[in-house]
This record gives sequence, C-alpha cells and structure tokens, in this order.
Amino acid sequence: MELNTEILARIQFAFSVSFHYIFPPLSIGLGLLMVFFEAAYLRSKNIQYHQLAHFWTKIFAVTFGIGVVTGIVMEFEFGTNWAAYSRFVGDVFGSALAAEGIFAFALESGFLGILLFGWNRVKPWVHFVSTLGVFFGSMFSAVWIVVANSWQQTPAGFKIVGEGFHARAEITDFWAMVFNPSSVERLLHVWVGAFLSGAFLVLSVHSYYLIKNRHIELSKIAIKIALIIATIGSLSQLFIGHLSAEGVAKIQPAKLAAFEGHFISEKSADLYLFGWVDQENQRVLGPKIPGGLSFLIHGNFDSKITGLDKFGPGDKPTQINAIFQFYHLMVGLGMIMIGLSLLGSYFYFKGRLFQTQWLLKIFVIASIAPQLANQFGWFAAEMGRQPWVVYGLLKTSNAFSESVTSHQILFSIILFFIVYAFLFVLFIYMMNKKIQHGPDDESNIESRPMTQEIANLISGEIKGRAGEEV
Amino acid sequence: MLFGIDYETWWFLVVGALFSGYAILDGFDFGAGAWHLLFESEKDRRIALNAVGPVWDGNEVWLVIAGGALFAGFPNFYATLFSSLYIPFKLFLVFIIFRAIAIEFRSKEPGERWRKNWDRAYCISSIFLAFLLGVVLGNLLQGISVGENYLYMGNGFFEFLGFYPVLVGLTTLALFMMHGAIFLLIKTRGSLHEKLTKLLRVGMISFIILFSMVTIFSLIYYPHLSDKFRAYPILFFIPALAILSMANIPRLASKRNYLGAFLFSSLTISFLLVLVAVELYPDLLVSTLGPQYSINIYQAAASKGSLKIMLTITAIGAPLVAFYTFFVYKTFWGKVRLDENSY
Repeated sequence: MELNTEILARIQFAFSVSFHYIFPPLSIGLGLLMVFFEAAYLRSKNIQYHQLAHFWTKIFAVTFGIGVVTGIVMEFEFGTNWAAYSRFVGDVFGSALAAEGIFAFALESGFLGILLFGWNRVKPWVHFVSTLGVFFGSMFSAVWIVVANSWQQTPAGFKIVGEGFHARAEITDFWAMVFNPSSVERLLHVWVGAFLSGAFLVLSVHSYYLIKNRHIELSKIAIKIALIIATIGSLSQLFIGHLSAEGVAKIQPAKLAAFEGHFISEKSADLYLFGWVDQENQRVLGPKIPGGLSFLIHGNFDSKITGLDKFGPGDKPTQINAIFQFYHLMVGLGMIMIGLSLLGSYFYFKGRLFQTQWLLKIFVIASIAPQLANQFGWFAAEMGRQPWVVYGLLKTSNAFSESVTSHQILFSIILFFIVYAFLFVLFIYMMNKKIQHGPDDESNIESRPMTQEIANLISGEIKGRAGEEV
Repeated sequence: MLFGIDYETWWFLVVGALFSGYAILDGFDFGAGAWHLLFESEKDRRIALNAVGPVWDGNEVWLVIAGGALFAGFPNFYATLFSSLYIPFKLFLVFIIFRAIAIEFRSKEPGERWRKNWDRAYCISSIFLAFLLGVVLGNLLQGISVGENYLYMGNGFFEFLGFYPVLVGLTTLALFMMHGAIFLLIKTRGSLHEKLTKLLRVGMISFIILFSMVTIFSLIYYPHLSDKFRAYPILFFIPALAILSMANIPRLASKRNYLGAFLFSSLTISFLLVLVAVELYPDLLVSTLGPQYSINIYQAAASKGSLKIMLTITAIGAPLVAFYTFFVYKTFWGKVRLDENSY
C-alpha cells in the first residue's frame, strides 16, 4: 500500500479520534455519577456522598482536561487534513458545530472552574448547579457531534449547490438536518455507551478498594449506584443498538451487509454469532443461526436482506472482515456487560456481592469492556460507511486537503504519536495515583499529601494579609 | 440583510468578536504563563499558576467556539487557511496539549525535578502559543500564496516563518506578556506583586518597540494594509483609539490601578484586531499570487440560510456564555487563595 496523502490523512484521523474518544465517554459517564452522588448528598447530608462526589470530580478533571485538548485537535484537523470535506460540509456541519460550541462547550467549561475549585467558595447547591451544568454541557456536546456524524451517514435537510470543485451541501431545513434518520438512535447509543464507561470505571475502582479492604462503607454505596446505572444502561443498550441496526439496514444496507458479512442477497439470511470472513470466496466461517438476520431485522425468518453483491465495487466497503470483527466484538462486549451487571445485581440482592471476591475481581478489569465496545462500535460504523465520507454524496478519496503534502502529514502523525503516547502514559499514571490515594474519608484524612504545605501557605497568606493591614 | 448589513458581514463581525474575546482571555493566561520561569519560589509559582487555574480551560473554549464559527460561517476560508498554514497549526496543537498537561500535572507530585520540568513545559508552551498566534496573524496580514480554487501553492514546510510574520509573532507575545503581567498584578500581593511591577515595565517597553517596528514595516512593505485608511481618512479614529488605550496602560499602571490597566490592555487587543478587520474587509485572505485569488467573505461564506440559522444560535447563546463567564470570574474574584482543590 502506497502511503499517499489520503491514506496518511485517514490514519491520522483514525488515530487522533480514537485517542480522543477514550475521554469524552468517561467524562459524560462520570458526570452522571457525580450528579447522583452530589444530589444524594444534598438530600441526605450524608458526608460519604460528598466524599464520593469530591473524589470522582478529581478523576473527572483528568479525563475532561485531556478530552478538551484532544478535541481541539479534531476541530483543527478538519481544516488542516480534510479541506475539501470542510468546504463540502461546512454549510451543514457548521450550524451543528456552532451550536455545540456555544451551547455545550461554553456551558461545560464555564462551570468546570466552579466544579473543580469552588468546593469551599460557593454554597453546596450552587456547586450542584455547576456539576449539573458541566454534565449537561457534556451531554449536549455529544448531541451536536453525533448529529453532525449522523448527517454524514444519513444526510437530510440539504441540497447540493454548485458543480465539481465548487459543489457543496447547503442546508435547507435545520430541524431535518438535526433529526436526520439516524441521529436519535445513534445519540442514545452513544450516551448509554458513555454512561456504561463511567459506571464500569466506578465499579472497577470501588471493587478494587473492597478487595484491598479500603474505603469499605464508601465503596458499598458507590457500587450500588454504579450497578444500577450499569444494569439499566447495558439492558437498554441492547434495545437501542437493535433500533440502530434496523436503521442501518434500511438506509445503509451496504454497511449492514458488511457488519454481518452478508455477501449474497437472499431470502432467509443467516446470523453469525462470531466467525471469520473469507472475502475471496464470499463466505463466513463460524456458528450461525439460520435465518437469524432476517428475523432480527424484519421479525421474519424468511425476509430478504440485501447483500454486498447488490453494490458496485466503488460503492461498498472493502475491509469486510475487519468491519465484521469490530461489529461482533462490540456486540459481544455488550453481552458481557449485560451478564456482569445482572450477575452483580443478583449477588447484591442476595446480600453477598461485597464478599464475592471473584466477581469483584472481574469488575476490576471489566472497566475496559465499555471502552473497547465504544471504540469497536465506532470503527465498525465509520469503516462501514466507506468509501463514502458523506454517504452517497462525497467519497473519502475526494475529501482530503489537496495542498497538503504527504511529508507534512507524516511529520505531524509522528509528532502526535509521540505526544499522545506520552499523554497516555501520564494519564494512566495520574489515574493510578489518584485511585491509590483514594477518597478523603476518615481512613486517610491524615495522610493526605501536601496538607501541611497548604496549611503553611494559607497561614503565610493570612500573616501576609495581617502585615498589610498594619 | 439585517439592519442594512448583509449576513456575511454580520458573521464577519461575530467571528471578529469571538477572536477578539479569545485573544483577550487566552492572551492573559498565555502571557501569565510566559513569565512563569522568572518566578523563583515554589509558592510564587503556585500562586501564578492558580491565578489562571480556574479559568484557562474556559478561555480555551473560546478558541473552540471561534474556530467552529469560522468553519461554520466561512468554510472556504477555514479550509484554505488551515491547510495552507498546516505546520504552524499542528505545532499550536502540540503546545496547547503540553500546556494543558503541564497545568494539570505539575502540582500532582511533590518532587522538585517533576515540578521544575512541568514549569518549563508550561512556560515554553505559553510563549510559543502566543508567538504562533501572532505568526498566523502575520501571515494573514502579509498574504498567503493561494492560487486557483483556493488552493495553497506555496512550498510547504517553513514558508510560514517569514520575517514579517515572525515580527508580528514577537509583538503578539510582548502584548500578551504585558496583558498577562497586569492580570497577575491584580491576582497577587507581596513580593511576587512587587516583582511583577518590574516585569510589567519590561513587557510594556518591549511591546511598544516591537509594535512600532511592525507599524513601520507594514506601512513600507505592505501598502495594502493601509490603503483603506488613505482612502477614508475618517477611519484613522481606530488606530487613534488603539494608541490612546495603549497610552493609558502605563499611566494607570504607575498609579497602581491594575484593574484599569487591564481594561485598557484588553481594549488595546480589541482595537488592534478591529484595525486588522477593517483593513482586510471584505477580504479574509489576501493572495500574494494576485488579487483575483484572494478570498473575500462572500466567496468564503456559507449559504444565507445557514448564516441565518447560526446568527439565531449566536443571539440565543451569546448572552448565556456571557452570563456564566461573568459568574465564574465573580466566584474567583480577588487575590489568589490556595486550598486543597488548587493546582
């Protein structure tokens, strides 16, 4: 494969967006838990909820900060690497992006300062309002970015103006663009995926504390709330994911065919539980449910499902096996999450969860499951859209920046690879440190680092101020 | 048309206001960061860092919004500018990342080496961010080699580092450092405060020297940057206002009225950007290959329908943004107080 500008630009986009997408789902998911913890504190005045909210806010700060900076990279990358795409979609994409900036980002970042630094400066309810502001801000940013991406999958509310180089999509109906055929299901799918990331991280960290015999009472409360979110979230994801797949079947049949490795249009299409796609011989090797795909999509084992054979070579994705695998891994991870949360709930109601070490141990590592599912889901969705960048309207091969050379992109790929690798190491290091340190409950209030230092600074400041007044 | 002004021009004003707001806000925190290594004690450094601590993130969001507004309203300009100045924008991103992690991680470990290295990262990235913003502005002012179909025809890698853009970059750095020093003066007391009064003087003098050089170079080598003023002498009131606000900075600083000085350094930034906007309008990007290749707001703009939607969004959103920005600054008003939540 020759490393031309298009391939390099795609590699760079895939790399930087995957890295970015580690963080926003965590911020949204942890935001939801922080809202619950703080609301519970305001209601019950139980200090443990306050300690949980405070502790998770510190973890949130790390994920949020990295999410913002890696997000700016994405916004700039549209212009630097995908100039032709930007010209084509700017008119439509633009209003979504403008709405995102002004309604979502400003809300989030405006209140973030108070959320992180305002604990001792504002009344508890004002702080709670700030937490809500940040949480809703992050939810809204998901709205607009998913709307924009869904428009690329299922364009609506626009007309094409101009020809050749000057052709572009112009918006004709804002609400039709916002509520394009796939945006609602996909948004719900993304939101719930984010809630699961947050809930499973909280489950993981507090299970770890229980195993290590630390922060026992706090962790029991946290696990209960996280388990509720995980159970409701993972079960509803099954339903939402199914809706989303039905939509794909209707509007992007080539993508559905790639998801399922469905080559030949036929009555009674089979559903593979897992397998390996043999693209050359147009078949999938693996266990299958005969007619299962037809049943899932149409509720009837005999319905016809369009296969990849109905599309010309330039109109369908080429990497069928990769798409099939990513899609199936996402579904499989979803099932694992359902299983784990049901198991956790069962043991909770039996009153044995906190003593069941093996399950707690599984929860510790399970926080990787929603992360991988989110990543794989997006891989499948975006690779399945190929060769189109805007479905049916603009091909990826016509979307990159004509004036940027492959050397420039290679330079910046290497640069960003180094920076992101470093950033990732730091992220893991900081998370680990904060988790090892734990919440500031009675068990370690004495050992909090820098307490002495801060006390000195504050008393120094008071002395300084007293000096001034004299 | 809205109040006799077309939608493209309205959006030009919106984008201008956003970038001006961004330059004022991130200007002071880049500027404050650029002085960082000159503060010696650990306590001073923590105070200086926490002066921008609760607001830097919000300030950077202005960049996201302004960038989004550019993409949305003038997609052709956005695409050409970002792909033409590929390398400076990528470097800008790298420094933005380094600066953010330096702020975030610096105080998380007690080790001296750890903190010193992050202090360096914070200071150097702040300097380069201010400089690179100026370099981009300098390139816009002198013009970019854009040819047919808005495509960049220059020769890539280091073309952005011409003499004039570098000069504008240094001027921007000096302006932001002056602005940042004033901000820190508002937020500090004691020996750090005293030290900053001296640094502010250095900042003001460097800015005035560099600014004069930029002015002279612009008048001599880039006549297109002053043709409008020669054609409409009445417009001279804009540079006059800019110079008047500059003059007020040392006057108020010597009276130790730093709030007033901050107001005027903010106004200076705005007036200078208004100056740029008036000179360029209706062009957004002047091509050095010939006026027929320049991109004006009408060629760059999104459709009328789209601009109308976005103006509506802005009209609803802007007061909200103003409200919570105000609220955050009010909460952290006054001298820096460190507590266990601080950086």
